[in-house]
This record gives sequence, structure tokens and C-alpha cells, in this order.
Amino acid sequence: MHALEIKELKKVYKGGVEALKGIDLVVEQGDFFALLGPNGAGKSTTIGILSSLVNKTSGSVNIFGHNLDTELELAKAQIGLVPQEFNFNQFETVQQIVVNQAGYYGVRRGEAIARSEVYLKQTELWEKRDTPARNLSGGMKRRLMIARAMMHQPKLLILDEPTAGVDIEIRRSMWQFLRQINEQGVTIILTTHYLEEAESLCRNIAIIDKGKIIENTSMKALLSKLNVETFILDLAQDYPNIALENTQYEQIDGHTLQIEVNKEDSLNQVFEQLSKQGIEVKSMRNKANRLEELFVRLVEAGRA
Amino acid sequence: MNANYLIALNSILYKECNRFLRIWVQTLVPPAITMTLYFVVFGSLIGSRVGEVNGFSYVEFMMPGLIMLAVINNAYANVSSSFFSAKFQRNVEELLVAPVPTFVIVAGYVLGGVARAIIVGVLVTIVALFFVDIQVHNWFVVFTTLLLTATLFALGGLINAVYAKTFDDVSIIPTFVLSPLTYLGGVFFSVSMLPGFWQGVSQLNPILYMVNAFRFGFLGSSDVSLIAAYSVLIGVTAALFLLAMRLLNKGVGIRH
Repeated sequence: MHALEIKELKKVYKGGVEALKGIDLVVEQGDFFALLGPNGAGKSTTIGILSSLVNKTSGSVNIFGHNLDTELELAKAQIGLVPQEFNFNQFETVQQIVVNQAGYYGVRRGEAIARSEVYLKQTELWEKRDTPARNLSGGMKRRLMIARAMMHQPKLLILDEPTAGVDIEIRRSMWQFLRQINEQGVTIILTTHYLEEAESLCRNIAIIDKGKIIENTSMKALLSKLNVETFILDLAQDYPNIALENTQYEQIDGHTLQIEVNKEDSLNQVFEQLSKQGIEVKSMRNKANRLEELFVRLVEAGRA
Repeated sequence: MNANYLIALNSILYKECNRFLRIWVQTLVPPAITMTLYFVVFGSLIGSRVGEVNGFSYVEFMMPGLIMLAVINNAYANVSSSFFSAKFQRNVEELLVAPVPTFVIVAGYVLGGVARAIIVGVLVTIVALFFVDIQVHNWFVVFTTLLLTATLFALGGLINAVYAKTFDDVSIIPTFVLSPLTYLGGVFFSVSMLPGFWQGVSQLNPILYMVNAFRFGFLGSSDVSLIAAYSVLIGVTAALFLLAMRLLNKGVGIRH
């Protein structure tokens, strides 16, 4: 049984905007799956349909074998949703929000209060349990939504840009928490604009653009498609005239050189040429996140 | 009913009661103050010069109507503002993503409105005790008309909130529909005091039936028959429940 199986899913909004043009997608149990795409690609519409916040136009969705049309409540019970925008009552306290949410899933109040301690501690919000949600920082609000989504112990956790606007330290601790949840067997679907996040966390990936899936593969297979890597070399001093053969390069300034190297080529030949010209390299780094580069190429290719 | 539904219903009701109790200065105190003023001005000061209405002192006659006025306004306002706020802050999504059937959502919000209406009704009754000796003619009629009326207007508030797109939309119906119907629904006068034509028009006002049935419960006197009053109450409540269910099932105002 798949954690998620989507067939020919279409959504046409009032006014005729075709947000999804018949997508097919399978997510296996236990997977950590990335759903990426530029703004307006259809990611949030897909998540909205999975979580019953958006009515689909046609197609079928099965969540852990439960069809969204015929077994709606069973399908809903499998999902924990962390939406993109804050959608809790700003006047309720942190603990009230998570305990009430558990109640909607049939978790008795006593049990919900016990669980709230577990999940609020895991998300480092236990000390804030009596604080009204409006008084939390942005990062705390994001963590509150994750704790809330975990209260009924879902099998499938869907996170729509969970770390947007969160500082690096908190983002890293949220990654750690999500990895732990995934290791406990919870299937996770993640959308994010931080492609580094998807690369770091996810095993499989689908890229959606203009309502169509343009790539659906493993993260490893996708990254292996990237033939060219771009490096930035920081030079020891000002070298005005650098010449390299068999290598794409651009001299950003006297101290900085950008080179593009095919995967099958060795970096040694570049360094040999630089050495012959008496150029000393102090340090070297990747120009951009690898996935980001690939993402841009795939989206551009899809639109060409 | 499925045990999970009961837990969900409990959670919605808990949340709703918690909301109006948290802001009790805005929800419970104003009706008590307003009704005290009505009793002082219309009951004691003016009422003593009005004389008897249908065989009762004016303040006695007016008392059930004032309780009903508070019940109607609070049942309606509680649900319309709570559900619209939930839409506005998007926390209605907490319920929509959960395996909670529509009838449980409707029941939860309506019970929240009924709870506030009953608390306000009790407060106004306590205020009334300072101005009039309350006698109850028929407890069953008092309770059933109170519960049905509160349910009816809580459903009305929910439907208003479903359609509302702005906070202004939440106040339009109470201001331009509810208040005129309530004030002309026999709270302050007996319809027998109206000219023939307007007596006929008044029969079209559903609030007339509620106020009079409630008044019968206290005084044993009514301008309308109890059968007609219960028929209107049950019929309109059922119709509004079906409409609320249909709107939420279709996702009007809450799903794309």
C-alpha cells in the first residue's frame, strides 16, 4: 500500500485558472518526499486537495489506501497538516490550540493533555504552553503548527514551507525533529523554497510547474543528472590576465575566478594551468546549491 | 453517535465556551446592563404609567420579551462572530482538515451559541428579579421555547458568518433585519394593540411566535396559539439546519 497515490488530479478554479492539469504521483510509506516548484506551480493546490481544503475538479486521491471520495474521514485521519500560513486562533494559548486539535481527531482530553507535553517539549514550546499564540515569535508559531499536526499521531505529515522565515539555528533544529519523526515511520511530504532543505532531508522528489509534474525521481538520481558544477576560486592576489583552455571560465575580478567543470573532467587540469601561470588559489567553493541549479534548469527546460 | 464525534463535539463546545467566557466583559456583561436599563426605564419609570397589558403589569408583561430579546441577540452574535473570526483567522481549517463531519461542526458552534444565550438569559432573569415577582406558568414551555429559539438564532448566525466576507457583513443582518423584527415581535407590546392590518403583518414575523410562546410559559397568556408557535420554531430551525449543512458541505465561503 502506498502512503499517497494520486491519479489524473485536476483542479480548475472559478474563473478558469487551471491549477493542476492531471498529475500522477506516488509516495511510498516511510518516505521523506519533496514536492518542489516555483510560485503558482500547483504545490499548495495539491496539498489543499489532500487535506480537503480545496475541492478537486477530477481525479482520485488515496491516502494509505483510503479514497478521498469514498472514505473521507479515514483518509483525513491519516494526515497531519502544517500549512504555509498561520491558521490557529491567535487568542488561544499554545496548549489550548494543540489539545483542541487532538480532540477533533477523537483524542480524549486527558490523553491530549499528556500528548501536548510530549510534542510541545519536542518543539521547545512547553515553557510557552500558557502563552497566547499571538505573543509567540515567527519561529515559535511554525513549531506550534508542527506540534499541532503531530497531536493525533498521523501516518502522513504534510509540510507546506514549514521553515519559511525561520532563522538558521531553529531551521536546523526543526530538520532534526523532522528526521526523528521520519525515522519513527511517519511519511513526510515537504514543500519548500529552500532547496538545500529538500536536498538535505528528502529521499525522493517531484518537481511541479504550471500544474504538471515535470520530474519525479529519487534525489540521488536527480542530482546525478547535474553534469556541470560551478566553482568560485579565491585567488591569492590580483591576476589581471588569466587564460584557461578547455574550461568555461569567467574572471569576476582580479581576485575571483569562476569556473565550470564537467563531472567527467578532472579539476587537476584546471589547477595545472593555473600553476603554470603562477596563480595561487587560496580557497574554493561551490557557486550555488546543486539542487537549485538543477531546479532552475528543469523549470526553464519545461517552459522552453 | 461515533465516540470520536462526541469527543470532537466536546472539543468544539469547550473551545466556544472558552471563547465567550474569556471575553466575558464583551459577551456577558453588556446584555445584563442593557436589560437593567430597559427594566428601569420602560419597566419602572414609564411602565408604571402604561397600566396593564393583557391583565398584567407592564413590567410583568415585558419581562419574558426582554429575556427572549437577550437570548436571540446573544445566540446569533456568538456564532456569527465566532465562525466569521475562525474564517478570518483561517483556524476554521483546523476543523476542515480533521475527520469531523459537518453535522458535528454545526452542532458544536450552535451549542456554543445556545450556551451563551442560556447564561445571558439567566443573568437577565436575575436582573428581572429586582423589578418583578417572577411566576412560572409552565416550565416545559419556558425551556423548550428558550432552547429552540436559541438554536434557531445560533443557526442563523452561522449562516450569516458563512456568507460574510467582511466584519461589516456580520453586523448587517442583526442591524437591519434582526433588530426590527425583534422590536416589532411583541417584546414591548401585545399585537392586539395594533390596528387590524398590522396585526396581520405581524403574523409573518417569526419572532412574534417565539416571544409569545415564551411569555405563555411565564404568564399563561399569549397572542398566538402554542401549536402555531412550536410549528414555526421547529419548522424554521429545521430549515436553517438543513441550509447550514448544505452550505458547509459545499464549502461555501470556506473551501476553494
